[in-house]
Amino acid sequence: MSDGTMNGNGKRSFKLMIVDDSNIMRRRIERSQQFEELQLVGSAANGLEALELFKKTDPDVVTMDITMPQMDGIECIGQLVALKPAIRILVISALADKATAVEAMERGANGFLNKPFTDRQLNEAIAELMR
Amino acid sequence: MLYEQELKTFVEGTTNFFEVAAQQPASIGSPYLMEGPPAVHEYTGVIKISGKREGVVYFTAPKAMLTVLLMKMQENDFSHETMRDLVGEVANTISGNARRDFGRDFVISVPSVLSGEKPEIPQKPGQRSFIIPINWRSHSAKLVVSLA
Repeated sequence: MSDGTMNGNGKRSFKLMIVDDSNIMRRRIERSQQFEELQLVGSAANGLEALELFKKTDPDVVTMDITMPQMDGIECIGQLVALKPAIRILVISALADKATAVEAMERGANGFLNKPFTDRQLNEAIAELMR
Repeated sequence: MLYEQELKTFVEGTTNFFEVAAQQPASIGSPYLMEGPPAVHEYTGVIKISGKREGVVYFTAPKAMLTVLLMKMQENDFSHETMRDLVGEVANTISGNARRDFGRDFVISVPSVLSGEKPEIPQKPGQRSFIIPINWRSHSAKLVVSLA
């Protein structure tokens, strides 16, 4: 994982980007994640927007939906990992078949969380991602 | 043709959605064959299905139910756009979860959302549709599954 950045308190912080075509879901993830060291740098509604936002914000951690318009999450994962191999990506998707999870991991995702999820499940998945 | 076990997948998916996302179980009724024009409420989230199966799955709910559902999800934006977002997300979640049983070749679209009194549901004429009735906190909604 990337080293993040040192904040004013001498602690490391990591930049978070949330990618999901649902506003509700983006707000939910932002609201529910409990890691002080994760600082939200932006949200995107599809893979194309995510790539644009990536160039401006250089996130360390990404949550990624899969089924999105214009560019889906699988394609976006591949491109993000190519741009920044140390990036950590948690897929958060309703697609519950194993093949999709496998494909996401093969593209470079580091974790997979199915929707619907509880706050606890989200935070456990993020904790696992940041180990 | 839709088989009983396949309908069960959608019943379970709907049950799971309300238990987890809404944090309050819904009462899911027995699926029944739709007769007549599509039965819809004020907001409808539609997922087109392609690949191994073809058809549509849609979740349709009244504004009142969606408002309470948003509150339970700790949302305080009850705008028209947020209602549309929610029905789309519900339809997407239940359809995506169905791939656990249907497999990867059960290809789901991004949601399209219809609102208003008589929305046109993109359904093939002659294709049978099953209604899964949902009752949640005294509100009624439906999940409709129409697959060849």
